[in-house]
Amino acid sequence: MFGLGVVKGFGVTLKRFADTYIDDVKKIPSRYAGQRGVIDQGPEDTGIFTIQYPEEKRTLPERFRYIPMLLRDDETGEDRCTACGICAKVCPPQCIWIVRDKDENGRPITRPTEFYIDASICMSCGLCAEFCPFDAIKMNHEYELAAFDRYPKLVYDKEELTVLVSYYAKLYPTQYTEEEKARADKAEKKSK
Amino acid sequence: MLKARLPAETPELPSVTPVWPGAELQEDEIWDLYGIKFDGHPFLRRILMWDGFNGHPMRKDWKEAFFEEEGKPFSSRWPEGHHAWAEDRVPWHGNVNYPDHFDPETWKEPVTFEAVQDEPGGNGNGRLHTQRIVVNMGPHHPSTHGVFRMVATLEGETIISLKPVMGYLHRNHEKIGERNTFIMNIPYTDRLDYLSSMSNNLGYVLAVEKLMGIKPPERAEYIRVIMAELTRVCSHLWSIGFLLNDLGAYFTPALYTIRERELILDLFEEASGARMLCNYMRFGGVTRDLPTGWLEKCNTVVFDRLPRAIDELERYLTNNEIILARCKGVGYLSAEDLVRYSVSGPMLRASGLQYDIRKVEPYSIYDRFDFEVPKFDGCDVYDRYRVRMFEVRQAVKIVQQALKQIPEGEIQTGKKAYQVRVPAGEAYARIEAPKGELGFYIVSDGKPNPYRYRVRAPSFINLNALEPMCIGYKIADSVIVLGAIDIVLGETDR
Ligand code: SF4
Ligand code: SF4
Repeated sequence: MFGLGVVKGFGVTLKRFADTYIDDVKKIPSRYAGQRGVIDQGPEDTGIFTIQYPEEKRTLPERFRYIPMLLRDDETGEDRCTACGICAKVCPPQCIWIVRDKDENGRPITRPTEFYIDASICMSCGLCAEFCPFDAIKMNHEYELAAFDRYPKLVYDKEELTVLVSYYAKLYPTQYTEEEKARADKAEKKSK
Repeated sequence: MLKARLPAETPELPSVTPVWPGAELQEDEIWDLYGIKFDGHPFLRRILMWDGFNGHPMRKDWKEAFFEEEGKPFSSRWPEGHHAWAEDRVPWHGNVNYPDHFDPETWKEPVTFEAVQDEPGGNGNGRLHTQRIVVNMGPHHPSTHGVFRMVATLEGETIISLKPVMGYLHRNHEKIGERNTFIMNIPYTDRLDYLSSMSNNLGYVLAVEKLMGIKPPERAEYIRVIMAELTRVCSHLWSIGFLLNDLGAYFTPALYTIRERELILDLFEEASGARMLCNYMRFGGVTRDLPTGWLEKCNTVVFDRLPRAIDELERYLTNNEIILARCKGVGYLSAEDLVRYSVSGPMLRASGLQYDIRKVEPYSIYDRFDFEVPKFDGCDVYDRYRVRMFEVRQAVKIVQQALKQIPEGEIQTGKKAYQVRVPAGEAYARIEAPKGELGFYIVSDGKPNPYRYRVRAPSFINLNALEPMCIGYKIADSVIVLGAIDIVLGETDR
C-alpha cells in the first residue's frame, strides 16, 4: 500500500519519542536536578542520549587524553622528568620545548629548567606520554582550557604543566598500579 | 604505476584523460603540487591551492613558511629549546608572496562563469525566452558536508554542467608527511578522513610494515580488524544519516544513526583515548591492549544493540516512499562509466560490480572471515544507500566473528621504538576504507622520514564522477548525489 513505509517510519519516531519519557521516569530524581550531573551511558541505555553540556558532563575513560602534564613526586617534591628530550623529539607538531639544566661547571644535568608545551599546537596524540622512558609525562583529563588569547595563556610552562603523582594515580588507577608494579619488579631484579 | 623522468625546469606530460577520464582531478593535483603541465587536459587548474600561491609545494625545493630544517625532529626543541612563535620567524610576516604576473586585483578564478547567459539555440518554445544560470553552492552550504563548492550551470532547474571546487581545507598532508618521521605520521593520518581514523591508521601502518617486513601478532591483527570494521559501521551510519539530512529530513534520522555511532566511539575512546582521532595502531601492533571489560562491552554493542538498531533503521527508511521517490534512479552512472571515472567503494558495488579489496586482495586477516560483498545493480542513490546498509550488517558480522576468535597474547612485534628503521624501498598498501580504496604509497631512502609519501584518497578521486552523475538531474538532486558519494573534506583536500 502506498504510504505504508512513511507510516512505519513515523511509528519508529513515535517509539523513540515515548522512550525518552520512559527513560526520564526511570531516572527519578531527575537528571537535571542538582549541580553538574555526570552522565554515564552505556549500550543498554535508551531514551535521550544528548548530554546537556555544561550542566552535565560525561564520565571520561581512564585513557582519555587531552594535554600532557608533568609528574612531580608527592614526598620528595622532585620532578620525574630527566630532560632526556625523547618527548620533544617524538612530538609530531613539535610543540614541546625543553631547556636542560646545568650544574655550576656548565655541564648538563638530568633536570629541565624550562619545559614548554604550546597547547594551541598540541594535537593530543599522546605520543609523548607513550614514549617517555621515565613515566614523567602523562595525558591530563582537564579539557576546559579555553582562553582569550593564545599567548601566553596557551603556552604552558613547567609550573602550569606540573601535577602531583597522587593526582595522576587518581586519574589513572589501573595504569598507575601497573606502572608501580613494573617499577617494583625492576627494583627487585636490580637488588638481586 | 607509471613513472616518468622529467626536466625540473619545464616539466610537461601528455594527459591520459582522453583515454581515461578518471585521471582528471589527479592530473590537476599533480599540476598544482608539482608544477607538471599536462598536454591535452580538458581543464587544468590549481585545484588545492589558489592561483595566488607562489610555487608548487610538493617539490623538494619548495620550503614551507615555518621551515626550520630538513626532517623532524628539530634541534631547536632540545636541549636549548626556547618557545617562540613560528609566525615571528617568517621573514615576510604579514606580506603575501605572489607568483610573478599575478595581480590579485585583476585575478579571476578558473571556474569562471557568466552568471546569466542566453540559452544558445534555446528551446524557445514559441515566445518563451530561456537563459542559463550559474548557481554557486558552497563553500559554506550545509549540504556540502564541509567546505566544498559546486558551481552548477542550470537550465531551468536542470543541471547542464557542474564543477567541483575544493582545497579549502588543504594542509598539504603529504608535505608534512615527508618531513615527519614515520611514527609521527600516524596521528596525522587520523586527520585525513576524520570519521574513520582507525582505517586510515591501518592503511598507513600496513604500508610501512610492508617496507619493514614485519607482521603484527595474532591478537593485534584481530584488534585491528575489529577496530577497522567498527569504523566502517560508524562511517556508513554517518553517511546514511546525513543522506537523509540532505533529503530534507533534518536531523531526526541523522541523530538516530549518530546515537549508535556514539556507542562505538565510546569503545574507541576506552581503548585508544580519543573518540575520533584515535592514533591507535603502531608498526607491528597496536599501541595498547584492550582495557578490562572492553570485550564484554563490545559484545553487548555488536551482538545486541547494533543488529537491533540496524533493523529499526531499515524499518524506518528502506521502504519509505519519500526516499524511494527522491533516490531511485537519481545519479545514474553505469558500472562501465564508474570504472572509467576511477570510482571505488560502495558506489562501485551499487552498480553490480562486486569489487571489494578485502576479497580481491585480502590484507591483514580478512581471508579468515565469512562475509558477503553486496550486489545491487541500480547504479543510483537508492542502491548506494542499500549497499551501505548491507555493509554495516556485514561489518557487524565480521566483528562478531572476530570477537569469538580473538586470542590472548602479545599486541606488539618486537620492541616499541620512537624511531623505527625503515629500509630503503617503496611500498603501496591499499585497504577497503569505508569510502573506497584508500592507498598509501611510501618511498623510503633509509632516512628517519619518508622520501615520498602519497595518499590515494577515495573521497578525492571519487569526485571525478560527480559531474557526470549530476548532469541531467535537478539541482536539488545534486545534493543527494554528493551525499551518496560520501566525501569527507579532510580527505578530499588533505
Ligand atoms: S618528559 Fe619524559 S621524555 Fe620528556 S624529557 Fe622528560 S623524561 Fe624525557
Ligand atoms: S600529545 Fe602529542 S602533540 Fe601534544 S605534546 Fe604530546 S606528543 Fe606533542
